[in-house]
Amino acid sequence: MTDSPKARTRREFLGRASTGAALLALAPGVRLVELVAAKGDDQPASALQRWGLLVDVNRCASGCDACVSACVEEHGLTGNDRPESDAQWIRKVDLVDKQSGHELSLPVMCQHCENPPCVDVCPTGASFRRADGIVLVDKHICIGCRYCMMACPYKARSFIHEDVSGQKTHSPRGKGTVEGCTLCVHRIDRDQQPACVVACTGQGHGALVFGDLNERTGPLAGALQAAPNRQLRSDLGLNTGVRYRGL
Amino acid sequence: MAEVYPGVPTVHSSPARWLLAVLAVMLLALSGAQADVARPQIPPARGEQCVEPIEIMRRDHFEFLRHQRDQAMHLGVRALRHSLAGCIDCHASRDAQGQFLPVTAQGQFCQGCHAYTAVKIDCFSCHASVPESLASHAP
Amino acid sequence: MTVTRFQTLQGTTSRYWVLVAVAALASVAGLRASHYMETAGHWVTGMSNQVVWGMPHVFAVFLIVAASGALNTASIASVFDQAEYKPLARLSGLLAIALLLGGLAVLVLDLGRPDRLTVAMTSYNFKSIFAWNIFLYTGFLAVVAIYLWLMFEPRMNRFIKPVGTFTLAWRLVLTTATGSIFGFLVAREAFDSAIMAPMFILMSLSFGTALMLIVCLLMFCINGTDMGEERIQGLRRLLGYFVIAVLYVVAVDHLTKLYVTGHHALERFILVDGGVYTLLFWGVQIALGGLLPAALLLLPRFTGRRYLVIAAVLVLVGGLAQLYVIIIGGQAFPLNVFPGYTASSSFFDGAVAAYVPSLPEVTLGIGGLGLALLLTLLALRVLPFLPAGNRRATSS
Repeated sequence: MTDSPKARTRREFLGRASTGAALLALAPGVRLVELVAAKGDDQPASALQRWGLLVDVNRCASGCDACVSACVEEHGLTGNDRPESDAQWIRKVDLVDKQSGHELSLPVMCQHCENPPCVDVCPTGASFRRADGIVLVDKHICIGCRYCMMACPYKARSFIHEDVSGQKTHSPRGKGTVEGCTLCVHRIDRDQQPACVVACTGQGHGALVFGDLNERTGPLAGALQAAPNRQLRSDLGLNTGVRYRGL
Repeated sequence: MAEVYPGVPTVHSSPARWLLAVLAVMLLALSGAQADVARPQIPPARGEQCVEPIEIMRRDHFEFLRHQRDQAMHLGVRALRHSLAGCIDCHASRDAQGQFLPVTAQGQFCQGCHAYTAVKIDCFSCHASVPESLASHAP
Repeated sequence: MTVTRFQTLQGTTSRYWVLVAVAALASVAGLRASHYMETAGHWVTGMSNQVVWGMPHVFAVFLIVAASGALNTASIASVFDQAEYKPLARLSGLLAIALLLGGLAVLVLDLGRPDRLTVAMTSYNFKSIFAWNIFLYTGFLAVVAIYLWLMFEPRMNRFIKPVGTFTLAWRLVLTTATGSIFGFLVAREAFDSAIMAPMFILMSLSFGTALMLIVCLLMFCINGTDMGEERIQGLRRLLGYFVIAVLYVVAVDHLTKLYVTGHHALERFILVDGGVYTLLFWGVQIALGGLLPAALLLLPRFTGRRYLVIAAVLVLVGGLAQLYVIIIGGQAFPLNVFPGYTASSSFFDGAVAAYVPSLPEVTLGIGGLGLALLLTLLALRVLPFLPAGNRRATSS
């Protein structure tokens, strides 16, 4: 049967398209052409990535607060011995099951929701979600109204109640504005891991796994697929970027 | 009214007198002012030259910083020329013991000009006023 | 139809100047307190990372809600054609503006960065009800100012009804939005409910009418004129009905939550073992601020003016208590992040938050009240807001 011109063109198109697709996807997750390059410091954040954390509660040791110490050190969260008003970006929460008495310990920080209530309520837009999923406070336009603190279901944010000095260059913070876990955005932008994750791994617990939630392979994807995990307050429909296994 | 001093014109109307008096006071104040405040002496910076020409920097540095802060904050674009940390890295000077002096200290890079121009800056309530030590970049 | 003449406040007795001095002193003290809070930082207040909104917000919301309700008298006159209230309409508008300015001042001065007010006025996230409120509050000032002008300028009187209707609608949207500041918060069990909006509307009518009555009686007393018995009795009955209406929505709110097992912990906290919050709820909000004033206002045996003033003051005190229980009690109750578990942490998870009102906060709040009073007193001397009525024969 002779080929009609239309059939030839169609075959050519299909041939080229499938070759291109094959080049792009040799195997699931493995690409010849890396569509999503690791972000350089001078490249904008992209929605192709969504950074997230998995907290493995089974591996989290009660009494260990390496993640908290690492965060305090990384961001210069100097306290003033006033626990009620000192900033805490990550804290260890001890849980006791009301029925069985079983005890758990796990870290809680900003959950970097996909639909953050704090972003919804901020009057100036200072509380915002970056394209790659990290929820941040733009302290340049924060007026310190604390409405985002009222709105957060996880009590993730802190208000700075006094003058701050000796700030870290990569973590500006000052009186009168609101702050919270930034997922160590300054480290992520340099292709490093958040300080809490590094500390937990360094302690040998490995309870915190960081990665790109959009990927199908990688340590985070593997960990998410290996065992059931859930969001905190999943009933709120916020689609958090932090997931918990063993809770 | 009669001439008080022969040959010197006398101003008769009251509003005009008030205006002259105010002008005289202003002139006195201005002439005194120029002698009072010395122009700021900015400590020299490291490196060959600034990332932008001096005249452009003097006029537009806040625009650069504002644009850069939005880029860094909202897009995560950090390594551009106009970062505040970059300014401080070059422009912060050291004291006799080799310790960095904050750019907000008397006579130092940011504070010197800003005190002269009486423009209050907000940056350093949050931002570090000394360069980052190399140690804090550890992975 | 009698044409009402209006006059500026005539009484220059020491009573007036003492009031002005007290109001001015309160305003300055509030300003000083806010400056202290701003320079030292909020650690000097009772507010913390657990209770982020405290006494300043109780007062600010109270003033804003009362401002909306204070305009009700003018609405009754203009929109609902109750002609006997027309002489009070100007004072009603003035009081609305003054109270709103007082509330906004407290709100702005408590911000962590009040120097960034220009940022708040130029950078908006329109999904935030707070952002909408900025427009609603400032717009309210403009709309009421125009409304007042229409009353002052005889040639514009014919526009009073349409503009008055628009202002009434604006008022209802504003109060709904104020209630929704709390009602939209999914995180807080105590006020994540659609009932906050109608609750705030009824609260505004209650507090606003109470304040209107008190201010009217006070100013007419200083002025030496009579307010008019029918007007007083009319407003008295209205206030009684509004107080009962507020009791009703509060009852519906709590009864609904009581039916839901998941809310029992919260309800037990507010109604039974919340300490100061339980005391304020039952003792001040319900009993002193609700049931007792309702009786004093509506029962025939309590017809004297003395009871009216007591009842109005009790309504206001009860209103402050109600806002304290809502705003502060609602924050003191711990967030339920881990249903089924008892939580504890260094960040006070699972624990009832401690809050003690501090002097700077209370001073700032009272400063807002003082500012509203000061503005009212001064404006009354400058422009003819008060009806020139009958000289009062005797004081009752």
